[in-house]
Amino acid sequence: MAQRMELWLYVVQRLTAMILAPLVLLHLGVILYAIQGGVTGEEILARTQGSLGWMLVYGLFVLSAGLHGAIGLRGIVRELLGWHGPSLNLAALAFAVGLIWLGLRAVGAVT
Amino acid sequence: MSRIAPLDAARARNHPAYWAFLAHRLSGAALALFLPAHFYVLGTAVEADAFNQAIAWTSSLPVKLMEALLVSALAIHLAGGLRLLALEFLPWSPQQKSRIAIAFGFALAVGLIFLFQALR
Amino acid sequence: MTSADRTATAPGNGLTILKLSIWRGAEEGRFEEFEIPAEDRMTVLDAVTIVQRKLDPSLSYRFACRVGVCGSCAMMVNGTPRWTCRTHVSKVVRDGQITLAPLRSLPVIKDLATDMSTFFEKNEKAGGRFVPSREGHRDIVSVDPKSRQRKRADAAIECIGCGVCYASCDVVAWNKDYLGPAALNRAWSLVNDERDGDKAGHLKKVAVDAGCHACHSHQACANNCPQMLNPTASIAGLKREIFAAALKGEL
Repeated sequence: MAQRMELWLYVVQRLTAMILAPLVLLHLGVILYAIQGGVTGEEILARTQGSLGWMLVYGLFVLSAGLHGAIGLRGIVRELLGWHGPSLNLAALAFAVGLIWLGLRAVGAVT
Repeated sequence: MSRIAPLDAARARNHPAYWAFLAHRLSGAALALFLPAHFYVLGTAVEADAFNQAIAWTSSLPVKLMEALLVSALAIHLAGGLRLLALEFLPWSPQQKSRIAIAFGFALAVGLIFLFQALR
Repeated sequence: MTSADRTATAPGNGLTILKLSIWRGAEEGRFEEFEIPAEDRMTVLDAVTIVQRKLDPSLSYRFACRVGVCGSCAMMVNGTPRWTCRTHVSKVVRDGQITLAPLRSLPVIKDLATDMSTFFEKNEKAGGRFVPSREGHRDIVSVDPKSRQRKRADAAIECIGCGVCYASCDVVAWNKDYLGPAALNRAWSLVNDERDGDKAGHLKKVAVDAGCHACHSHQACANNCPQMLNPTASIAGLKREIFAAALKGEL
């Protein structure tokens, strides 16, 4: 079971990477545009509030980033600290769930 | 007892593909640890004023510099990630070092553009 | 011939005395210092051989062909795994000194000789064994040398199992179960061998925990391989084939 888990974590990591690539490019564009004159709550909400499009984009962004980040951190922790087994996997899952929850909450706040 | 001197070990790791790995790992870790705070702060934007108050401390120059580093981290992780996707999914290319250089160049450019935009 | 006859300087750097710091012992031990006359065009194998013959016969080290075809003389030279017979002292000497240690990530038997068992066991674990698809007495299979598969196998086939890539790899050092670049490179050459009867089996054996997905593409293996092979590319190929096979439900 654990034998194939690494394979599937790898698959999810690469698939989320492919999803994240255009989203991050878009996000970088927004950042470089929006940072002019500082960022305000009004400016953000004017762009995203009530927008189904932004909700879907950022929603997908949050889901993908949550999985991608958790799998990535899990790998680092395993190699550097030697932590492995079910406890590590549980911690990684908790991180993913927590991050996705916080993220979707943020998406809800701005859209 | 390690039988390799730390200086020798550092020298052995002193090549582009390793720098690229290090940049990818460090930027990934930084971004993963930054995201919870980022999402939390954005979550206050239900009210524009609440958000503005939450980020009021970020207008100082040192913070802008840190933000530039974070944005560069995002850019290097993206560019490095695209390099890796190409490495793993396309047939092997002899242009590996060029790709690494382009990735670092892209991240530098993004960081500088951010600073330029943020400071004017 | 006495040592007085052999005090010519090495070209370009005026070296007359070569200092060697050599690991003695097993897992526990220490570095011992030796000094020998430097010679023109001396290789590291020449140097360690002089130490063993003239200064300390109890020094243990490996070599066989001494002409760069067998891989037996692999060891850490100033922290990088190299074939000592193919390494000129003048290329690696620093401040008139060289440090020699046994190959990284392998148990030490004595001094500069390591126990290669885990290296070869991982080759087995990674399925590095040709699986016949038909009885042996049939006609020879015709393999087009220009086919993509044959070219991929050709690029990976010349591995002689010297262990330099294994000792170069940080992931091997960080994860004792990692199959390692040589074993995975061998698996790739079999995956591309159209005569092999169990491609799926080969892929399954490396799509495991501490298998090909543990590689982070550092390319230290490719940088150091004395045969100029590229295990990183082979491992990328394995990842590619496994990704497709996994999504198709073939694994």
